[in-house]
Amino acid sequence: MARYPTWHAVRVWQRNFDVFRKHSLPTLLGPSVGEPLLYLLGLGYGLGTLVGQVGGIPYVEFVAPGMVVSSAMFAAAYECTYQAHVRMVHQKTYEAILTTPLSLEDIVAGDVLWGTSKGVFNGSIVLVIAALLGLVKSPWMLAVPLVLALLAWLFAALSLAVAALARSFEFFNYYLTLFITPMFLFCGVFFPLSALPPWMHAVAKVLPVTLAVNAVRVLMQGHGGVGVMLPLLSLIPLALGAFVVAVLAVRRRLIH
Amino acid sequence: MTGLFRRSVPESAENEAISAQGVIKRYGSLTAVDGVDLSIRSGECFGLLGPNGAGKTSLVRMIHAGSPPSAGRLAVLGIRVDRDPAGVKQRLGVVPQEENLDPELSALENLLVFARYHDLPKRVALPRAETLLEFMSLSGRASSPIAELSGGMKRRLLIARALLHAPPVLLLDEPTTGLDPQARHLVWQRLRRLKADGVTQVLTTHYLEEAAQLCDRIALMDGGKILRQGPPADLVRSEIGEEVIELRGDETLSARLQPLLDGRVRRCDRAGDTIYLYCTDARALLPRIAALQPSYMWHRPAGLEDLFLKLTGRSLRE
Repeated sequence: MARYPTWHAVRVWQRNFDVFRKHSLPTLLGPSVGEPLLYLLGLGYGLGTLVGQVGGIPYVEFVAPGMVVSSAMFAAAYECTYQAHVRMVHQKTYEAILTTPLSLEDIVAGDVLWGTSKGVFNGSIVLVIAALLGLVKSPWMLAVPLVLALLAWLFAALSLAVAALARSFEFFNYYLTLFITPMFLFCGVFFPLSALPPWMHAVAKVLPVTLAVNAVRVLMQGHGGVGVMLPLLSLIPLALGAFVVAVLAVRRRLIH
Repeated sequence: MTGLFRRSVPESAENEAISAQGVIKRYGSLTAVDGVDLSIRSGECFGLLGPNGAGKTSLVRMIHAGSPPSAGRLAVLGIRVDRDPAGVKQRLGVVPQEENLDPELSALENLLVFARYHDLPKRVALPRAETLLEFMSLSGRASSPIAELSGGMKRRLLIARALLHAPPVLLLDEPTTGLDPQARHLVWQRLRRLKADGVTQVLTTHYLEEAAQLCDRIALMDGGKILRQGPPADLVRSEIGEEVIELRGDETLSARLQPLLDGRVRRCDRAGDTIYLYCTDARALLPRIAALQPSYMWHRPAGLEDLFLKLTGRSLRE
């Protein structure tokens, strides 16, 4: 029964883009851009005066890459949990689209692509602001959106699967508190992983967000190496796997 | 309005718009559709009638590839639904029972976004959407948010949305449920216009007047099966007869009535306080019944409702 998504997925992306354009301002000022910025200013500059330097760079420069990555993660997760759940379950938008030539796979791909776009968009805004604040030291920052795309796709697909499984909005609290927040706290966003107990370190160092934060930090700082980039390749099969899980979950929810 | 429904999909030589063979749908232990065979001709308006839970909506969902059949074969204009769902959906317009317009977009935007799902370029979609808004008497509402539309307007917009890509076949799941009489008549008029333009229509309804007004043929469903199918008037004549006399009176009325029942009365039913006499030529009978002084007496032509109640019974379906 399962089919490959087609380019028609773009139609779903366009629908979301149209709605975004109509209601963009509140979304832009929303938690996914505003919150990382507040963290950057409050923690980076505030806490930074106590911390001083981490690994030879000022704390605010250490924190900035994590803010870029986490804002992409939060944007993708928010878009594909609450927003997608509303479209899928409450507004019956998916059912309406399913009566057109689009397939379920097209719809899932379109929404994951949209979540990915929101992630890249929000993360890039934080990146630009970080650059304006003088926290970016390398032109390699231009490659950051590629890393964000990979990570955002992964979280968009996972979140969409969660949206399809969720019986109510309360369910998302579990997902966000028990899954997304630990990614935010323990993946090298605020402090080096070496600060963690050995067993936590062992787990945290292979988590997708850690890989992305390490890579983005190198791209923004300009020192480090290709060695930090290679582990990112492991995100590709994860991202594809998450997409398959999302398709299965949405199919289970909608097709009876 | 001529040419409104000129095909965007090449005209098919297929004479049969929809065919179903042995279609079954099970949900766990419940069999919602239980071996349905149908052949709906191109250009006709076909009604699926039945009480709640008869399996009408399940059948419609299977036709537009929204739900896979548990068994059997379904084809639209000769295209197998399981093999080429996109090809089938390209040729179908679907008006769902449950309103699923996009509340984040205006009425016109709803149409334009939907046109894009059908790959209509904007220069084609915009005039087409405006024409359809006018056709459904919604011209003044193009920029209204969905939340500001009445139930009747939403239903008309759903019909306009289903017609954007000029589908040869239109599926309507309870197109007038919950509408006031004005809105319902407007929808009926538009559906008749579409029929005149050659659009095949399949509609589910439990308004028997609606089926009588619109449908060339009907299939009466209950318990997932088709009980009877054919032109509504023929079905009523062969199953019920020409006329019905409804009577209410005291408890003795039924007994006093017995001697009067002769060959002209095909059937005598009782439901609650009302007696129904199904007759072929009741004129001679009327004065004799009137002499029994029933408290209420109504002589009327037999209709689909009589057929419906005869075949599906009078118990409530909830």
